[in-house]
Amino acid sequence: MTTTVAPTSATAPSGKSTGGGGKPKAAKLVRMLPLSPAIGLMLVFLAGPIIYCVYAAFTNMALTGTGAANVKFVGLDNFRKAFSSGAFTNSIWLTLVFTLISAIIGQNTLGLGLALLMRRSTKPVRNFVGTAVIGAWVLPEVVAAYLLSAFFNDDGTLNVMLHAVGLPGQDWLYGAPIIAVSLANIWRGTAFSMLVYSAALSEIPKEIEESAEMDGAGGWRRLLFVTLPMITRAVMTNLMLITLQTLSVFGLIYAMTRGGPGTKSQTLPLYMYEQAFSFSQIGYGTAIALVMLAIGAVFSLIYLRGLNSEAA
Amino acid sequence: MAAAAAGALLLGVSACSQGSTTKQPEAGGSQSSGPAHIKIAYQQWGPGVVMKNFLTGVKTEYEAAHPGSQVEIVPVVASENDYYTKIQLMMRSPNTAPDIVYEDTFLINSDITAGYLRPLDDYIKNWDQWSQFEDTAKGAARGQDGKTYGVPDGTDTRALWYNKEIFKKAGLPADWQPKTWDDVLSAARTIKQKVPGVIPFNMYSGKPMGEASAMQGFEMLLYGTKDTLYNYDQKKWVVGSQGFKDSLNFVKTVFSEGLAPSPKDALSPNMGSKVGTELLPQQKLAIDLDGSWIYGNWLKSGAKPWPQWSTVLGQTAMPTQDGGGKGKVSLSGGWTWAIPAKSKNPDAAWDFIKTLQTQKNAAKYATDGAQIAVRKDVAADAAYKSSSASTQFFTDLVSVTVYRPALPEYPKVSNEIITAMEAVMTGQSQPDAAAKNYDQAVEGIVGGKDSTTTQSTGQ
Repeated sequence: MTTTVAPTSATAPSGKSTGGGGKPKAAKLVRMLPLSPAIGLMLVFLAGPIIYCVYAAFTNMALTGTGAANVKFVGLDNFRKAFSSGAFTNSIWLTLVFTLISAIIGQNTLGLGLALLMRRSTKPVRNFVGTAVIGAWVLPEVVAAYLLSAFFNDDGTLNVMLHAVGLPGQDWLYGAPIIAVSLANIWRGTAFSMLVYSAALSEIPKEIEESAEMDGAGGWRRLLFVTLPMITRAVMTNLMLITLQTLSVFGLIYAMTRGGPGTKSQTLPLYMYEQAFSFSQIGYGTAIALVMLAIGAVFSLIYLRGLNSEAA
Repeated sequence: MAAAAAGALLLGVSACSQGSTTKQPEAGGSQSSGPAHIKIAYQQWGPGVVMKNFLTGVKTEYEAAHPGSQVEIVPVVASENDYYTKIQLMMRSPNTAPDIVYEDTFLINSDITAGYLRPLDDYIKNWDQWSQFEDTAKGAARGQDGKTYGVPDGTDTRALWYNKEIFKKAGLPADWQPKTWDDVLSAARTIKQKVPGVIPFNMYSGKPMGEASAMQGFEMLLYGTKDTLYNYDQKKWVVGSQGFKDSLNFVKTVFSEGLAPSPKDALSPNMGSKVGTELLPQQKLAIDLDGSWIYGNWLKSGAKPWPQWSTVLGQTAMPTQDGGGKGKVSLSGGWTWAIPAKSKNPDAAWDFIKTLQTQKNAAKYATDGAQIAVRKDVAADAAYKSSSASTQFFTDLVSVTVYRPALPEYPKVSNEIITAMEAVMTGQSQPDAAAKNYDQAVEGIVGGKDSTTTQSTGQ
């Protein structure tokens, strides 16, 4: 994947001179002029709300009560309140579990596995698997959640299958909600990883793997020492994207369990929604949103480090 | 990226906040009271259409009396908590504010503090019907500034409904009169044992049922202990009370012993309409801790007509914890019609509220909507008194009834109550731990330890 991209970006036109003796700076400004409406719009509609969001996180803004009529600056109170609240730490913990199980382990390895298998399979199999996996991805979130609720339900398909092979079923959505929503997210999101890895694997020259095979490397050794090192950049990119996607999953969990029972599947986005909209505390909700932003940034930094060390 | 998207979601809402400049507009004003277009918003929940039919009738009457005027009825289809959020969002902006809004009295003070509602005193002082309203009902719509912000259209009381046929099968008396919590529990245990396939006892609990859980469920217990939510003498919220823990323990007992619906079913947001339209009429539920209005479901105009209800079901008061105090408990709420501060046609809106609250219309709604009348003339009306087999029983409970501490913080405190209930009913927390979380949360809501007390006072 990376090998084809690098040369093109290197040959990009690098600022032609603007005619003999002109003023390059002014000309540059003139050329920027048509962009200004777009930049203005961006500032108003993107930066504006984000700044407002940061501001709100430090106020007692609410949908009703004192915080609605009389918005006051409360400093770090919202954050202090969050970090001393059991419900908040619970939801951070659940968010990390959900991200680890469903994205980093689930979608990532399953996506890689499917991409590897599809490379070796026949065309009809490839088409069939591809359609099935991508189908789950294309479905609207709420429709997927509805299907999966039926699947994980007490008398749903999963338990019917388990009983058929003599295993005890359980009420997944009630007894193990975080596992159920994690599995749901794997089912729904694996297609993305599979596509990224399929593209990356197709960039590996056949000869390299063949020569490794000639040297006597078995399947696992080839994967570990040849294939994976060659697609590290794709792995890092993929991990970063699916982690960020998974951190913000809301509709799937809301439609399946509403974050319950109790708070057993209440990840950060659901906790934020509950506090901001069910319980009317907008200021506190935005503070939680900022914490989510920070968690996403930490993950991104880790992956970017991985990317850079690979590039160096 | 993730959080930014989530943040943007919040901003959609908060960006329209008016900040600290919001001022209460004065009632009256210079708006003309000629033909106007008025929008009236109310909650449409479950399959019931009583309110819709009632409003449609009044709309016809009003439009005939005010040629050129137009009344738009806006049903807000939502569950408990979602309704409040939706109307609060509507009331924030003059572009979306309805002209009349249906407000639950538990939220009215909070919305007054938020500056969403318009004081009605200038209108009321020229209204000859106001003297017909009961004083307690008037108090429910009064802000802390002493002004009145809504016209109540009914109140309610709460008690135990029980199925006499199931009781007979279980060998329990048809004229059941429990004196303590233990009497209620032992009846439920007997039913569980002798009449399998029936849910012995239902109380609303947990977040999905919102205020119904807090008030109909939890506070019906708490106010039967020696403790309360708020100490009116010290003007402080009560924390760390034994009554709070005992009430949570009751919740734990009914759910862990299987005397109630499974926690999973009880946590369905539709539990309210399920109890009214399925469990009770299909005789699958023996005892239900519920409101005076639920027979409205079984009227001919209701969601699930069931004429036999008056002979099958009995009503008895919810006892106090150990039979002490007044021996029985009831809580009252009710709803009011209010005019949002950002309404463009307050004068026309007031005219419409007056039409809603003529004696004839108030009586019609009290009967069809299964309300306890707040107008003295309606309450004295023979047709109202005999309108249902339970009207007299629930009206008598008014003498023991308790109102929630209708303060701006109450809705937040209520949220903490239902959070604690849900943690206990699902087995996630023990009652003591859940009560401790509640105490901590309440301190945060009301502004620290100085605003809380461990002493309850009389209600």
